[in-house]
Amino acid sequence: MLRTHNSIRKPGERRINTVLLILFFTAMAFIMLLPFISIVLTSFKDSSLIIRNGFNLRIDASTFTLENYKYLFTGGDHEYFRWFGNSIFLTVVQTVLTLFISAWVGYGFAFYEFKGKNFIFVCVLIVMMIPFELLMLPMYREIIAMKLTNNYLGIMLPYLAHPIAIFFFRQFLQSIPKEIQDAGRIDGCSEYGIFLRLIMPIMKPAFAAMAIYIGMTSWNNFLWPMLVLTDTKMFTLPIGLSSLLGPYGNNYLLLISGSVISVVPLMILFFSAQKYFIEGMSTGSVKG
Amino acid sequence: MKRKINSQKVAPYIFVLPFVVLFITFFVYSIGSTIVMSFQSVNIQDVHFVGLENYRMLFSNSDLPDAIRNTLVYTLLTLAMLIPFPMLFAVMLNSKSMRASGFYRGVLFLPLLCSVVVAGLTFRFMFNETNASLVNSVIINLFGGDKIRWLSLQWPAMIVMVTLACWRWTGINIIYFLSGLNSIPVELYEACEIDGANTWQRFRYLTIPMLKPTIIYVLTISIYGGLAMFVESQMLWAGKASPNNIGLTMVGFVYKNGISQGRFGLASATGLILLAVVLSINLVQLKLSGSLGKENH
Repeated sequence: MLRTHNSIRKPGERRINTVLLILFFTAMAFIMLLPFISIVLTSFKDSSLIIRNGFNLRIDASTFTLENYKYLFTGGDHEYFRWFGNSIFLTVVQTVLTLFISAWVGYGFAFYEFKGKNFIFVCVLIVMMIPFELLMLPMYREIIAMKLTNNYLGIMLPYLAHPIAIFFFRQFLQSIPKEIQDAGRIDGCSEYGIFLRLIMPIMKPAFAAMAIYIGMTSWNNFLWPMLVLTDTKMFTLPIGLSSLLGPYGNNYLLLISGSVISVVPLMILFFSAQKYFIEGMSTGSVKG
Repeated sequence: MKRKINSQKVAPYIFVLPFVVLFITFFVYSIGSTIVMSFQSVNIQDVHFVGLENYRMLFSNSDLPDAIRNTLVYTLLTLAMLIPFPMLFAVMLNSKSMRASGFYRGVLFLPLLCSVVVAGLTFRFMFNETNASLVNSVIINLFGGDKIRWLSLQWPAMIVMVTLACWRWTGINIIYFLSGLNSIPVELYEACEIDGANTWQRFRYLTIPMLKPTIIYVLTISIYGGLAMFVESQMLWAGKASPNNIGLTMVGFVYKNGISQGRFGLASATGLILLAVVLSINLVQLKLSGSLGKENH
């Protein structure tokens, strides 16, 4: 029983409220879906219409065409699926490494008392507070100096120990009884063995929530990979797609259908694990 | 040696080591070099100390007022849109009369799955400057009049940028407020009930004060997102400069000077000022929410 006040009211009034609420949110959901609807509809239209009309919701049988998808999947000279593969590779590797290293660090904060712990933890908070955009310039020069341009390691390295993930794992691990550590020591595990063999298996739900958060940001990451990558063969999807919309002319044939397909993997993941998505994305707010 | 590494005294440092190494290499170094570069003239051929010259050049740069104005107006408008409305929607979704709220929550979340690249591209074409584009055709059909040149004029362009932000962030802010609402004890509402408080009074005197931590959090990330905005405008104008700087933001200014034109000194000075602003906002937030003192348990 959440809000008992409703039971005092007449049932008729409540039903009207329900109808109004449903109507309101249905309208809002429709508006939120408009960009998706318009890009999907446009992807089935002749690409010359885009320059003339932009996106709209007009459905006209005479302009319907599968040309864009045909070009994307079977046609010619483009690197879309190379970018797609790069994106999948980078997302998977980055997610796995980031999760492991951040959990490793988070465990240190949650299970040990040591000199300088609070200071180092404040540093984690500071990294969490600095928008990457403000440090992109010196980091870019640093990556050039380290000869890591055009290298996925250069993309992953700065946030490999991800502050939000560290924070989240520390929070999660603090609720786990410390006795597990003592039990591990008695059984002859090393300090690291305790983490690898006893703690990591318990962290599965935390890993799931964070995997989605890190995976999603990695899949959609744009600014930093754009600076690090210069070779079109190394491009990820967002960089590749944005290169189609260049100052020197646009490749609409590939751009629109490619954009639609680029959202599909996350959509599939979202509908199969909605709970973890929402949990993962709202972790930021549990701080403090 | 092996025993030493395995001791309980050394192990915690091994655990936090990856963070410390990356923190020093990328963050301490970056901030340090931003500070140093902001007092230098940095070219391919030579680097030399120029004192406050970059700051002087910065404040006489004709693009800067546009960048500051756009960033501030954008940030303020997104705050006005992305705090009260998501809060209200969360209360509505949480109401007992609501049905299928999980479904609607899912739909409102969907824009976040879209990369900024795809989102910016889609908005660029939805707000295309032709009669037939989605937004113009709706406006012309409803109100008549002429098409709006969304991406050529200052205020229409601002509307497009703020609409894009609202589309992307409303859903996640609703989710933040929902988790805030769920942490309010039901007993408090029952007590209000007994005291005869009506819906508005309950909202004003119970819900809003209890949501204060969430409001502060959303406020902070919204300021942070507003001040750091760049890729959205980059995509809306397809990587080109916007007419009369109507889409130029502070980070766009840093990017344009630093990355595109190689004026690292000037760009560093700008970045440093922004960094100071963001860090002080965050310190105020930490003070307000009391997070700073809580790390010890």
